[in-house]
Amino acid sequence: MSNASSAPQHSTALPNGWEMVVGLEVHVELDTKTKLFSASPNRFGDEPNTNIDPVTLGLPGALPVLNKHAVELAIRLGLALNCTVQPSTFHRKNYFYQDMPKAYQISQYDQPINIDGFMMLPGDVRIGIERAHLEEDTGKSTHIGGTSGRIHGSDYSLVDFNRAGVPLVEIVSRPDIRNSDQARQYVAELRSILLAVGASDAKMEEGSMRCDVNVSVRKPGEPFGTRCEIKNVNSIRAVGKAIDYEARRQIDVLESGGTIRQETRHWDDSEGRTHTLRTKEDADDYRYFLEPDLVLLDPDQAWIESIRASLPMLPAARRAQLATLTGANKESESVYVIVERGQDEYVSAVAQAGGDAARALVYVQQAFAEEGSTPKVAASDIATLTQMERDAKITATQAKTILSEMVANGGGDPVAIAAAKGFEALDTSAVEAMVDAAIAQQADAWSKFCAGEEKAMGALVGAIMKASQGKADGKVVTAILQARRTQ
Amino acid sequence: MTQPFATVVDIARDIASGNTSAVEVLEHHLARINEREHDIHAFNLVTTEQARATAQQVDADIKAGKKLGPLAGVPIALKDNMCTRGIETTCSSKILEGWKPPYDATVVTRLQQAGAVMVGKTNLDEFAMGSSTENSAFGPTKNPLDTTRVPGGSSGGSAAAVAAGFAAASLGSDTGGSIRQPASLCGLVGVKPTYGLVSRQGIVAFASSLDQVGPFTHTVADAALMMEVIGGHDPLDSTSLPQPMPSLTSVLGQGVTGLRIGRLADMPDGCEPEVLARMDAAYAALQAAGATIVDISLPSLSYCLTAYYLVAPAEASSNLARYDGVRYGMRVETADLHSMYGATRAAGFGAEVKRRIMLGTYALSAGYFDAYYGKALKVRRLIANDFAAAYEKCDVILTPTSPTVAFPLGDKTSDPLTMYLCDIFTIPTNLAGHAAMSVPFGTGAHNMPVGVQVLAPALGEPTMFRVAAELERAS
Repeated sequence: MSNASSAPQHSTALPNGWEMVVGLEVHVELDTKTKLFSASPNRFGDEPNTNIDPVTLGLPGALPVLNKHAVELAIRLGLALNCTVQPSTFHRKNYFYQDMPKAYQISQYDQPINIDGFMMLPGDVRIGIERAHLEEDTGKSTHIGGTSGRIHGSDYSLVDFNRAGVPLVEIVSRPDIRNSDQARQYVAELRSILLAVGASDAKMEEGSMRCDVNVSVRKPGEPFGTRCEIKNVNSIRAVGKAIDYEARRQIDVLESGGTIRQETRHWDDSEGRTHTLRTKEDADDYRYFLEPDLVLLDPDQAWIESIRASLPMLPAARRAQLATLTGANKESESVYVIVERGQDEYVSAVAQAGGDAARALVYVQQAFAEEGSTPKVAASDIATLTQMERDAKITATQAKTILSEMVANGGGDPVAIAAAKGFEALDTSAVEAMVDAAIAQQADAWSKFCAGEEKAMGALVGAIMKASQGKADGKVVTAILQARRTQ
Repeated sequence: MTQPFATVVDIARDIASGNTSAVEVLEHHLARINEREHDIHAFNLVTTEQARATAQQVDADIKAGKKLGPLAGVPIALKDNMCTRGIETTCSSKILEGWKPPYDATVVTRLQQAGAVMVGKTNLDEFAMGSSTENSAFGPTKNPLDTTRVPGGSSGGSAAAVAAGFAAASLGSDTGGSIRQPASLCGLVGVKPTYGLVSRQGIVAFASSLDQVGPFTHTVADAALMMEVIGGHDPLDSTSLPQPMPSLTSVLGQGVTGLRIGRLADMPDGCEPEVLARMDAAYAALQAAGATIVDISLPSLSYCLTAYYLVAPAEASSNLARYDGVRYGMRVETADLHSMYGATRAAGFGAEVKRRIMLGTYALSAGYFDAYYGKALKVRRLIANDFAAAYEKCDVILTPTSPTVAFPLGDKTSDPLTMYLCDIFTIPTNLAGHAAMSVPFGTGAHNMPVGVQVLAPALGEPTMFRVAAELERAS
């Protein structure tokens, strides 16, 4: 999930001065024990139709009762997204579909619980959050027979209502995103925030986080163009690809004299393109009206403030803190990666134990990918290791070897490991003597190197390393060789 | 007025004291069902076996000296839109025929806990949409007082069951008058409680913001006892009021001295003269008992019927959308999903239900919402304001329950609009979420009963019951 930071795929500029305008609607399943309006378990992966009850199935006479924990998680998320939490209402969104048990979805409409927030992206880019509202999920249909896996042309459909009634928050951004990099950064950051506040497990592959993307194009300064909504965008990588594809498709249409129809399109990840799903003309009229089975949701201010007080430090603040501690750029890959893995506190503990924070950042990024937020290796031992390298008692290569052994064994004293391996960094005068010896022995290579053949340095370095049994610092050796050549 | 049948209070007392047994009481009622039910058709289902088992259990409990509930051994009938675990619940609709709920409505559980013996599920206008019980998919119910006439509706079966002595009391549901109007037409007491006072959990929804459950009984005291059993907060209904259920049985003897009784200054047209005569008699009786009569007006009254026929169908169009053939109830098999929906709903719903689904769908549709549903919501606020102003001047308001006495079967079935006018006096209470009840007060044309409606503000039940008790004493 660190794609946005660790594997950047830079969006290419659009041709002829076109600019894209993107807004995202992200649905996330809240990490509650039970459903939004009933006591059935909210659990992924169970046998179909086992987490159901009269409310979930929309049996006659069954009434919804709002899950307080879901409200709390929605507020946590809203506060983390800098939203205003306001008194809110629920509406019915009416439409017929086989996995919609009541033939209406209970959702927040004109009075959502969270409004007017924002998220900051790298480069001080501010993306507005219009709203983050509560609603219930639908069941899940599997279409059997036919070729497309879609309902059209299938022989029959199977419906699993385990997911029906699972609490969702839909986070709607303002159309402030201007390229696919920002879109991917937005989704990645949103996911980090969801995990940090414990609102959702945010697994796109399991559908607990789902993105719909609104894309339009325009020339800068012009009003917004007609937008298309793209569904079925199921990974951060796909978010970027779908946006880039769709923007180019729209530009092609406009440049060849056509117009964009407002429509819903389907992202086909294997083909790498979008298809028309339905046009605005055949969109449903949802006949929204106030849900009469529920009352005003008006959380009292003291509760909201206690939720605010219980929020953990958010990823952006943690990155800033880690950057200050380590001297790294707060938008650097290592800072993103460490905070995303939750290892920033560990790096801080290394520094607390007297370690070199900048080196600790590098060590942890390189060696602790599988370790999670509480690595087994004692922070004080890593601190010692960074000191050994900083004080040139061992070389960087030796430090790396010791680190690997500590991680493999779940800990260990770096001093003891260095001693056991016979690791010690040679002092500079000893290395200089070895360099001079090597120049004498490898006269041929030396003359080639002096003639500007850089490759020839390899033989010299190899000989020195062999002579020092790997204890010479490669960087120091190279520096001395360069110095000798210019003398 | 002397009662032809034993009351809830009498039955409960006689069983508790050992004067009779629950089984004996039940058999009396079952015998009357045997005798007249084929003619009346009050029930969709008589639960004879379960009733006998419950009655035997009550008698065993008495023998064992166990503490008895307030309704121990009292035979009670339930409108067939109330969920009963394992017992067919149809709403008098083909679309739900054969459906057995896996749970009991909260009111059913409370009756059971009070020791009541459920004798059966009563007929209604399909999904409670109607005022005569002629819209039942299983045939009409007849008025036990004159079987050529309707019992009213939509809870006509529940009214008929009590009026015919098939049960000592029954429960109905009231969305726009569906308890009060049949109570009036069958000579019974019928209560529409304050919205939220009685749980809707397990009541098949017609119009969720208007529906309330209440009792049919022979006497005001019986109604008070029934209310105390079924009322009070239910955590399973989010619209349930948090307040504790006020005592009603204890206020009945308090009289009406000093109470201010509101009288509509301009009575809408269309009331039978005999009904208006009974109203005058009611005002006179209350005045004689120490109350003051004050004239009040409800300027928005004339808009209420229209507003109701937008709000109720709108909610119904959504509430009834779940009957789609996918999970339960009737399914007409066809080639694909959408034609299955259409065929199932075309075959499963009757004409009045379809009419209201169409009305409601239209009222909520894009481009029409503001002009119809939105306006109707404004009328709801207006009538609530009217009531608030009126209750500055009076404690309760008295109106006829129904403009007419029970009308002949088939009289209004060809014209839905005249049928809708039956509810002109009852609908405003539902729109405002207030309390109201109908009390029998003599007879009108054709020697059929006339009911007087006592209206009270939200949670005004104690005062409402005091006035009702006084009217009962005077009748």
